Amino acid sequence: MAASGSTVVGTLAAPVGQVRTARPSRRRPWDRWLAHLILLGAVTVIAFPLYYAFVISTQTLSEASSLPPRLLPSSHFLENYAAAWQRAGLSRLLLNSAFVALAIALGKIVISILSAFAIVYFDFRGKTFAFWMVFVTLMLPIPVRFVSTYEVVSHLGWINSYWGLTVPLMASATGTFLFRQFFQTVPDSLAEAAQLDGAGPLRFLWSILLPLSKANMAALFVILFVYGWNEYLWPLMITTTAEMRTAVVGIEALVPRGGSQLPEWNVIMAAAMMTLLPPVIVIVTMQRWFVKGLIEQEK
Amino acid sequence: MKRAVFRNRWLPYALLAPQFVIILVFFYWPAVESLRLSLFRASPFGDRLLFAGLGNYERLFRDAAYLRSGVTSVIFSVAVTFLGLGVSLFLATMANARIRGLTVYRSLLLWPYGIAPAVAGVVWLFIFNPSYGVLPYLLSFVTAYRFNWLLEGWVALALIIVTAVWKQFGYNLAFYLAGLQAIPASVLEAASVDGAGPFRKFFAITFPLLSPVTFFLFTLNMTFAFFESFGIVHAVTQGGPGDATSLLVYKAWKDGFQGLELGFSAAQSVILMIVVIGLTALQFRYAEKKVTY
Repeated sequence: MAASGSTVVGTLAAPVGQVRTARPSRRRPWDRWLAHLILLGAVTVIAFPLYYAFVISTQTLSEASSLPPRLLPSSHFLENYAAAWQRAGLSRLLLNSAFVALAIALGKIVISILSAFAIVYFDFRGKTFAFWMVFVTLMLPIPVRFVSTYEVVSHLGWINSYWGLTVPLMASATGTFLFRQFFQTVPDSLAEAAQLDGAGPLRFLWSILLPLSKANMAALFVILFVYGWNEYLWPLMITTTAEMRTAVVGIEALVPRGGSQLPEWNVIMAAAMMTLLPPVIVIVTMQRWFVKGLIEQEK
Repeated sequence: MKRAVFRNRWLPYALLAPQFVIILVFFYWPAVESLRLSLFRASPFGDRLLFAGLGNYERLFRDAAYLRSGVTSVIFSVAVTFLGLGVSLFLATMANARIRGLTVYRSLLLWPYGIAPAVAGVVWLFIFNPSYGVLPYLLSFVTAYRFNWLLEGWVALALIIVTAVWKQFGYNLAFYLAGLQAIPASVLEAASVDGAGPFRKFFAITFPLLSPVTFFLFTLNMTFAFFESFGIVHAVTQGGPGDATSLLVYKAWKDGFQGLELGFSAAQSVILMIVVIGLTALQFRYAEKKVTY
């Protein structure tokens, strides 16, 4: 795993600039024009649906449903976003999403650091077994156990609660592997020095290991926040009232199913924009850690 | 291996405890329970469970709707994976030049990773809208065929495939571009000197050297198509029209939560478990090979 992961990744993380300047292809400039053309095309294709959604979210319903489609923004931005905010109860949904995503991300990080610390820095009976137990959870995503997980959560009385939305998703094999791998690269001398100074294991974890792990925590945070925000099947199953839904699940309720009512696409798109923005903003502002996380999680 | 090891009898267990409480209660117990449940069916009044042996599995493989759902899932995953990888590999190869601004392009390619499949689906739902979506409108200039996903199963399937491919496209392309940058230009130049044309160079050099990236993206896209596509189906087509887009995960969820056929749904979960184990094993077998390479 580590082998294929690191080959793949090293490449994504490599500072592209160095490779480039090493060999400018001065002989065939049209190669570079073609490259720019293709990449600009790809970027446009990727961005178009989002641009279109934004445009629709600024139009009136009749503008949005006119033919030929209007591809320029109109002036009804505020009223559509306000309507979406009220009708879908978005303030509550977005707060739920933010809480759930943060709790899952932070919970997973804490739990995996503790596990990895135990596995790397201690010798104890059943260590290999413990490691494999964590590993096998990779093969148990929610779709392969949802009926019974639901039953467990309902026995605990956690249906439609923040406990139910977060705790069952907090175990993390990938996080544990990430920190295990990182801890193994930390020089042994640090732990030895700490022991000589009379620091116990928890003291060492807190004052030395954690500060060293900041970059890894940030990388994992981005990936996990996005995961928590976008999780769909689990919140759909265990929430029973509109106030406990997350934004991603709540948006589905706005989409009309058959029926005679005219779908208000402008309002739906406004809600979609507000729902997709937070994780995208996290990715864009934490770009460096995001790329690191993408790479590390696949190792 | 670490030499400096802390000595403590109970602390390592205490540190592992939170993770283990969660994986035992919410992962292992339900997984075992799913296996057990798959051997039972509800009594006629639904008040207790009757042992059914492998009855649920037998029923699955005789159930035309389940088999159709299996075929749909395979079509969907293969289409998403091959279309996604094929197009991005082709474009990445064409765009493989030492150019400025690659990091900027990478950022512009990677951001859709943050969009939930369900939300991406809702956006594409409007683009495919039969009355005023931009795609059927454009296609109306080319053909008189009415692309209505509400009526035509294959259009609905195309809708969820396009959504999934779009969501994964930038990610695939970014990894291929990075992989290509790692191939030394001297190798390709040497091949040119020896008279190899672009096709020869691609199949003899580029493609084999990219195989780790391809393999990594293959398992990633397959996993995405099988297990993370639920949001797209639920938010967009709800399996319809008819059951044209009823993927395996969606059907398992529907039979379990709406049909309340717990044993039947659990058997479907167990089949999915076999799919995950297969994908994971594949990934690791390949990784092993790379180590000894």
